[in-house]
Amino acid sequence: MTKDIREDIAWAKINKDVLKSLEAPRKLYWVIIFIALAMIGVAVGCEIYQYQTGMGVSYKNNSHVWGLYIATFIFWIGMSHSGTLLSAILHLMHADWRKPIYRFAEAMTTFSLMTAGLFVLVHLGRVWMFYYALPYPSERWIWPNFQSPLLWDAMAIFTYLSSSVIFLYVGMIPDLAICRDNIHAGWRKKLYTLLALGWEGTDRQWRSFRITYLTVACFLIPLAVSVHSIVASDFAMSQQPGWHITSFPPYFVAGALYSGCAAIITLFIILRYVFKFEEYMTLPILKKTARLTFAISMVWTYLNLIEFASVWYGHDQASKDVLIYKATGHYAPFWWGMMFCGSIVPLTLAFKRFQTNIPVLFVVSILLNVGMWLERWMIVAPTFANGYYPWTWDHDQWPSFVQWGIVFGSFGWFALLFMVFCKVFPSVSMYEVKEMVYHRSQASKKNGLATKGAH
Amino acid sequence: MSVTNLLENWSQFRHKHPVGDQPHEEYKWAMSIDLDACTGCNACSVACYAENNLPVVGKEKYSHGFAHHWIRVERYWDADGRDFPDQGAQFLPMMCQQCEAAPCETVCPVGATNHTADGLNSQVYNRCIGSRYCEANCPYKVRYFNWYDYPTTDNVWPEPMNQQLNPDVTVRGKGVMEKCTFCVQRLTAAKSNARTEGRTVRDGEVQTACQQACPTNAISFGNLVDPEAMVGKQWMQQQVQLDKDKQAKDAEEAASKLRGYRILEELRAYPSVMYLERVRESAI
Repeated sequence: MTKDIREDIAWAKINKDVLKSLEAPRKLYWVIIFIALAMIGVAVGCEIYQYQTGMGVSYKNNSHVWGLYIATFIFWIGMSHSGTLLSAILHLMHADWRKPIYRFAEAMTTFSLMTAGLFVLVHLGRVWMFYYALPYPSERWIWPNFQSPLLWDAMAIFTYLSSSVIFLYVGMIPDLAICRDNIHAGWRKKLYTLLALGWEGTDRQWRSFRITYLTVACFLIPLAVSVHSIVASDFAMSQQPGWHITSFPPYFVAGALYSGCAAIITLFIILRYVFKFEEYMTLPILKKTARLTFAISMVWTYLNLIEFASVWYGHDQASKDVLIYKATGHYAPFWWGMMFCGSIVPLTLAFKRFQTNIPVLFVVSILLNVGMWLERWMIVAPTFANGYYPWTWDHDQWPSFVQWGIVFGSFGWFALLFMVFCKVFPSVSMYEVKEMVYHRSQASKKNGLATKGAH
Repeated sequence: MSVTNLLENWSQFRHKHPVGDQPHEEYKWAMSIDLDACTGCNACSVACYAENNLPVVGKEKYSHGFAHHWIRVERYWDADGRDFPDQGAQFLPMMCQQCEAAPCETVCPVGATNHTADGLNSQVYNRCIGSRYCEANCPYKVRYFNWYDYPTTDNVWPEPMNQQLNPDVTVRGKGVMEKCTFCVQRLTAAKSNARTEGRTVRDGEVQTACQQACPTNAISFGNLVDPEAMVGKQWMQQQVQLDKDKQAKDAEEAASKLRGYRILEELRAYPSVMYLERVRESAI
């Protein structure tokens, strides 16, 4: 197997290459920004229309009270999990191949959480009263309802968002100092100077930095697991058939890691091209990510099958009916689409020759996320269409262009935040790549000596 | 404003699960509906529209599923092979079941829906932020969301219909959830009158709009705590108990003479509405 990274890259070259990404990306960058802005425009238009007219324009109704907003909300929350997986869990496991790619994965976490947060607001009937859900001290002694999973949700997401912003920022401090020292004068120089917190790279600073980083990483891991478990509780804690399933929390976490890993592959490929990171985001690293994604896809498939089995062999007829309805009813094409994209498509990742094939990986990773989005939709919608009370069954409900438009626009919003971040901040961690190069060259020297010694 | 205040006061006012909970002292509003008497005429529904200022959303919105009928008369066609007009049907008036352990109450993020001391499931419009979690978790799907700003934009009460709006009931703006209240405005007035006279509300003193309008007296409503109340007697007669999830009827193996049942009782929401099973085969 070829090496994850060349061992003879000079440190100055690493700086130069990464700093170049702050200056001169390929033209495609501006194309992406433009498309993203256009997509956001669509979503903003839809939201204004919905805000003015009422939630009815999204074509939800009294049996389908939740729709694509909640489904897409779960999707974005899920997407946020791989950043933590790559940066925190793999950090603790000393998997150093993560080093060139964890920064953008972490940024992905932050921005997908921000996108998810918007969906909570878009979903509310009276968004202007959203602060009622916050436990702020009020003279009228009115508190939010601490029994509600939706409230846990709001708190968990807010905690996770703030922690991942801190994690992203703390991990960036040494790099911000490099930026500060190298960039020409201007607003960015001022920004980096401020954010670098006077970093000089002294031993003492490095020691404090390491401890802080490790602490936040350790704090973030249980948080990430709990966030998606709590999102799963929104469903599992309810009483509805198709939702009231014990295995939902781990299933949601697996799904989250899965879609996040797929998104990392997609963004990996885009960034590698747009910012000319071929030297750092190498094919062997892509291969490792693809293998990781494959492993998680199989976990997800397994948990999915467990869910079906427990519903099928359980005695809850209503849940069973929902399952049968998913597979045979109006949502069947989407449900089978989810099974195909989520469980069959990833099998391509099992083949070595596809693990480094960029066009194949790009298509596969996008299909995986299509599958994961469908999964979330298939969790939310069929339960409303075919719930406990047959008289309210509504199989014909279809989301209006308002819902689709906002969902569509959210991808633009995410892309915009992400792309702006990559242009303003170093999206490859310079100091960690240097560490990686250093450790690898030391190790190969040692190996070289050992081989010599054997003769 | 402190955490102590939160913990103490919150638990003090919180209604617990009906099993092993404190019994209702003065009032426990409940209903029983005789399906054998119901002819499916929809008078109850119309009365509810008039009493509670329900928006009449019109044909198009109705077909989208935006109807606001707090009480709806469900029609179930007989599947005995006959075609319309010979085909028979059965009717079931369905409204908020005012569950004792209501699934909607626990999930509301802002606590906009709560249990009252007299056993109602209340909805605080001003507190509702429209997350619609309550409706998502309601097994009966009897909550209705204001998908549009009906009072101002949709002309749901064209002149002179606006003259018949009930001044005792608020009209709801867009983005809040609403549902049957057991005509809480009437209950409050009756309780208030009774309190002035130093007594509790007598049976028959207060009627819900649907009960009042029902031509066959299929609906009876009253205070379950009151031993003289018609509704309590009916519940007793049918051996339906509020805090049980299986009734005497369920235990009998052969066809029971008891007719009382509560819908989806096995979900342990402990609804306050008892239905009396149909004796005749079909309503039509």
